[in-house]
Order: sequence, then C-alpha cells, then structure tokens
Amino acid sequence: MTKIESSSSTHSNGAEEEFLSFVLGDENYALDIMSVKEIRGYEAVTKIANAPVFVKGVLNLRGDIVPIVDLRMKFDIGQATYDEFTIVIMLCVNERIVGVVVDAVSDVVKLSAQEILPPPEFGVSFDNRFLRGLATVDNKMIILVNIAALIGSDELGLMDVNATAGQE
Amino acid sequence: MSVEMSQFHPVFFEETQEHLQLLEQLLMGLDIAQPDSEDLNSIFRAAHSIKGGSGIFGFTALADVTHIMENLLDKARKGEFSLSIPAVDILLNTTDTLGEILNSYRNELEIDWLKVTQTQTVLNGLLVDPGENLSALGESDLEPSTAPEPQTTDSFGFFAENKVPGAEHRDLSDFGFFTAERNGQIAQTIDPGFGLFDELEPEPSLSKKAAAAEPIALPKTDAGPVKKAGNSSGESTLRVETTKIDALVNLSGELVITQSMLALIGAEVSGELGERLQSALLELERNTCEVQDAVMSVRMLPVSSVFNRFPRLVRSLAAKLKKKVELVVEGGSTEIDKGMIERLVDPLTHLVRNSLDHGIETAQQRLDLGKAESGTLLLKAEQKGGSIVISISDDGAGLNRERILAKARENGIVSAHSPADEDVWPLIFSPGFSTAAEVTDISGRGVGMDVVRRNIEALGGHIAIESKAGVGSTFRIQLPLTLAIVDGMCVAVGEQVFVLPLVHIVESIQPSPEQLKTLSNQQLIKVRGEYLPLLNLSQLMAIKPTNPSPDQGIVVLIETSKHRFGLCVDALVGQQQVVIKSLERHYRRVNGVSGATIMGDGSVALILDAESLALQVKHLDGVTI
Repeated sequence: MTKIESSSSTHSNGAEEEFLSFVLGDENYALDIMSVKEIRGYEAVTKIANAPVFVKGVLNLRGDIVPIVDLRMKFDIGQATYDEFTIVIMLCVNERIVGVVVDAVSDVVKLSAQEILPPPEFGVSFDNRFLRGLATVDNKMIILVNIAALIGSDELGLMDVNATAGQE
Repeated sequence: MSVEMSQFHPVFFEETQEHLQLLEQLLMGLDIAQPDSEDLNSIFRAAHSIKGGSGIFGFTALADVTHIMENLLDKARKGEFSLSIPAVDILLNTTDTLGEILNSYRNELEIDWLKVTQTQTVLNGLLVDPGENLSALGESDLEPSTAPEPQTTDSFGFFAENKVPGAEHRDLSDFGFFTAERNGQIAQTIDPGFGLFDELEPEPSLSKKAAAAEPIALPKTDAGPVKKAGNSSGESTLRVETTKIDALVNLSGELVITQSMLALIGAEVSGELGERLQSALLELERNTCEVQDAVMSVRMLPVSSVFNRFPRLVRSLAAKLKKKVELVVEGGSTEIDKGMIERLVDPLTHLVRNSLDHGIETAQQRLDLGKAESGTLLLKAEQKGGSIVISISDDGAGLNRERILAKARENGIVSAHSPADEDVWPLIFSPGFSTAAEVTDISGRGVGMDVVRRNIEALGGHIAIESKAGVGSTFRIQLPLTLAIVDGMCVAVGEQVFVLPLVHIVESIQPSPEQLKTLSNQQLIKVRGEYLPLLNLSQLMAIKPTNPSPDQGIVVLIETSKHRFGLCVDALVGQQQVVIKSLERHYRRVNGVSGATIMGDGSVALILDAESLALQVKHLDGVTI
C-alpha cells in the first residue's frame, strides 16, 4: 500500500509548498497536496446509521473501508448534488484514509510562506482551527484548509474519542 | 554503540523466549532416573545461549541467573550432579523467573532484584547441597504462593510414590509410559488399542522421550507449518513480521474480490472472445483461490503452541490439589490462525483448571468409586470441515445437575420443572454462576465460565458441554479456521445489505400478524409460547424499509450469550462467508456494528454485532408464559 507522508514537517523550510485547489460552490479552496492519496469520481457509498449528515457513508478503496465526508455539507456551501462530475479527493492523514466530496478539482498551485496571508477573524461559520491562511492566485482568493486538523477534529466525528486524543 | 545494539534487542527477546520455552519443555520431558544425555545437552545449550546473549546486551539480571543455572546444568550433563524431582522443580521455577526478568527488560520495567538474588541463592544452594532439604528450599523460597502451608513434603510424597514403578500400578501393563508420567505427567492413556503411536509416526522425533510424550513436546520452532526434522530450526524457517503477513492476507482477499468482479463482467462478453475470456477467468479463479489458501496457511500455527503450556499447569495444579491427573494431548499439530491461538489461551486455561478442580476427584474418592486412581484429562484438537474442534474431557464426576438447577433457580434464570440435560449444562455459562461448594483460589468464583463463553464467541466460535454423572464431562469448542472470515447471513433492509454472524442466528420466520404484540410500545413476537423483544433493523440503522410492517418482512431470531430477541429485516439474501474488515481503521466504532466486509460486487456491507444490538432492547429478558 502506498502511503503519502503527512505534511506537517515541511512548514518551516521556507521553500514553496504545493496545494491542490478545489471548488466548493462558488468558493476556491486548497489543501496540502502531500496529504492527497488520489482523486476519483463519486461512487455509491454504504450508509452509516446515526452518523452526522455530512458523513455520507463508507466505501471500499482497494480493501480499505474508507469514510466519505461531503465538505459542501460540512461548510454549508453550494448544493450537495451528486452526478458524474462530482469528485472525491482521497486524503491520507495520520495513516487514516478519508474521502472528501467536492464540486471540482481545479489546479495545483505553488505557494511560498510569504504568499500565505493570515486569516481574518471569522464568525462562527468557519472555524479558525481548520484554516491555514488565505492566498491570492490570478486575482482569486484561495482558502487554504488545514486538512489534518479538520479530519482529526471532534466535530467531524471521524475517529473515536480516544483515537483523537492521541493526536493532539 | 548502544543505539546500534538496541536494534537487535527484539530479536534477542524473541530468541530468548524460544529458548525458555524449549528449556521448559525439555525439563518437563526429562527422565529423572535415566536422563537422556542429548536432552541434558540441549537444556544446557539453551541456558548457555540465553546467558551468552544477555551478556552481550548487558542484561545482567538474566546473565547472572543463567550463569548459575548453566553451571548446574553443566555438572548435570557431565554426570557430576544427579537431577531429582525437586531439583527439576527449582529449575522450572528458575525458568519462570527468567521469563519474568525477560519481560521486565522487554517492557523496560524495573527488575525485581530481590527475586533475582533469591533465585541465585536457591540455585547456589542446589549446587552446594543437592540433598534432601531441596524441596523446602525450592518451593517455599521461590513461590510462596504455591505452598501456603508447609505441606511441600506431602506433595512431594505424591511424586515419591510414583518413583517406585509399578508399586501402585501393577494392574497396568506398560511401564514405559510411567517414566513419562514421573517426569512431567505427560502420560498417555494406558490402552494398547489407543493407536496413538500410529498417529505420531509422521512426526519427526526430536528425541525419544519427546516423541513418546506426543508432538506437544516438540519445540515450537520445529513444529511450525514447515515440518522439518531435526534439532535445529536452521535455514528452513524465516522470521517475518506479522504486519507483513497481514498485508499479504489483505491483498489476497482483494485479489479474490477483483477476480469475482472480473467474472461478473466476463459473463457479459459473448462470442469466441467470450469463450477465451471465460477459460482465462476460470484459470484466474483457481489461481487466486490457491494464492489465498497459501497466504492463509502462513498465519496458521499448530495448536500445540497453546497446548504446550498445559503439562506444566496440570502438573502444578495436580500437586496443589493433591489429585492424580494424567494429561493426554491429541492433535497438537492441528493448525489454527495465529491470532486465534493467542486468544484461546485464557479460555482453555480456565477450562483445564475447572476440570482439574471440580471434575476430577481425589485419588481416594476415585478408588472408592472403583475408578482408576489417577484421573485423565484429554486435550484434543481436530479439524472438522471448515472448523476446528477443541475438546477438553475429564473422566471425573461430571457436572452436578441438581446443584446447577438449584443454583439456577436461586438466581431465577430457569423456570421449567425438569429441563433436558442439554438445557441444563449451558446454565453454567450464566454470569455469576458457580456451583463449587467452596471457593478455592484455583476456580469457583463464578466469574469465569461466562467469560470463557464470551471469549469463544468473540472468536466466532461456539462451546458445548456433554456430561454424565460419575463418568466425566467434555467441553467442546468449535472455532472457525481463521479469524478473518465469518460465516454470515446476508439480510437486506431497504437497499442496503447487512451481514449477521451465523453463530447468533437461531432461526428465521415469517411472522403472522397474530404473533406480533406490543408491550408499552416495545414490539414483541410470540414464538412457540415465548414472547421475545422485536427490534427493527431499519429503525436501528435509520433506513427506510421496503416493508412497512414486520409481518411483511422476515424476523431473524438471534441468541447472544445473554439475550434472545427477534430482528426484523426486509429479506434474506443468502448465506456466505465474508472477510472481516475493520471499520475503525479509517473511521470509528459504529453502534451495533462489529465491522464491515466487501461483497462480490465491490460494495461495502456492515457486519452486525448481535451483542450490542441486544443492548437496544428495553426489556432485556424474554417473558415466558
């Protein structure tokens, strides 16, 4: 099984980092490309009882049972529709695989530390913990998501409480 | 330097563990009167290897103890020191202590230096004075718990009786067996027609004695799937991390799924191309099956690696209980999944202790009843179809029907007036159930049997009891061949399929409306005069069912170790073996679900956990009229 190393160690060396940008509704987001395992189309999932609405269910990724989270529902952006263009980004964070549903994948962008601006104080709608910062590419604002923090958060409920505790 | 050394520590710990096991087995199998020089040499070599290794790595506590042990063994193999039963006991205790020290080093715990010094003193005492007072030295100093009262002489007297071959057993023909008994009570049933030796023949003999004592006496390294003769495990075996093997097992499981997906697609191709595709697919199917079997077999270990610990246990328990017990082991070479072996140890130990404590009578009682003086405990493993059956039989008193029933009535768990025996025996698996007249420190606290049953069921197995008063009892454990696969019934609710482990299913019925009742909003189903709570899987799993009311669907009756209830589903899809996948690996625990599996079409189905589903029932006990 291929494992892509998690990103947290590469922050300080000043070199450029690569991000995968994706679209949720009308907004542009990006996440650390090192945590991306693969990108695939949306497939039918097996529903999990009593899970939060944004946890669509689980599917079989070459023998691993992987949960699928719809970020559009989690962030309450755009319409959660599923068609042949709906994309799932398979992420590998802390050796756990999670699929996130997005509207589209746009590009790979290189950003240096200077180009990443600190996020403003947000309201309740987007939690600062999950935000790396903001960047501007081609006059578009890209929201950099701290995907490791998001996946590991209690809010997403992707892990058992004791498993989350070990990662903080 | 120390950093470089530490990378070899795991290997050293593994090897030392094996040496200790070998040491114990050889000591147990040693013929005290005429020790086999090859055995003595092997014992010496094992101790020597431990000493050498621990010296190199600076594990002084290990090295110090083994040093004295080695001196002693060196004298023994040169014939300067004659081993006696108490001396062997001391050496066995030393082996235990070494194991404890090893664990301390392995887990980086504090070394119990007091115990180290004690052990050294005892061994030195043995070196200086191999005389009569050894028994007191050995037992009371090393393990005060095993000899609470100064009765050591009594218990050794028990062995002393056996030292005179045939004095007590004139009626029995074969003395050859009794030498084995004297050493470690790994005796065989004295029955010429038993044919044990026929079974044994294919097993390479490590030494004459070891072979006579059944494959169990073979060291673990040699008893692996690769059955090689000879003393050295040599180059014929390869040490591999279990994670690597598990990865292989996973991949081969995937291969099977991919293959069945291909077969589905291939069936749609027609014409000449289709035919060629079909034959290639058939070939693929056979090969994938073989790959999976081969990979699975890597995980298999002989049951003897569990059974090996019992001669020792039986010997010390028998001495403690002042009973005479012969342990007979059969089918030690039967192979089961490694993961299962580890989890079988506790339940088996419990059952063996139980048989010894409650089953087999004391020598005097047995003589009064006209039975052979020493009881027989048979530990047997065999493969039957797709499962492994392990049975523990004793020829003791059998279960006491009256006492079990009295106790059950006291606890209010039985109502029928004269239930059949088959319904009585399982009662002992109820929580908090002990019929022992008094609690001993060996068993009788009543916490054990329900745990035994739960452990076995957690392995996907099943335990049954046969018993006859005065004749003996047999506990029969049926286990699947591997942990990774479960026999399941696929049930459908709405558009989703779930897998129910077959072990928990009693029957499936299509209920008529008259059978369905409610009790303060809890649905009940009446089956053969008994009201059972009824759960709706669609409700539990938050799925919209195809059939709105239970009488249009199917009710599966489920029995767990504690409860019986009905589970309402839309339809039965079929029975099949499924590979268990962890849901927690990438997600989390889900209520009512024990895992997931991948179906033939690549989709995921959840495996239901009957025990936790039972917790959803408000009124947990079936109401009987």
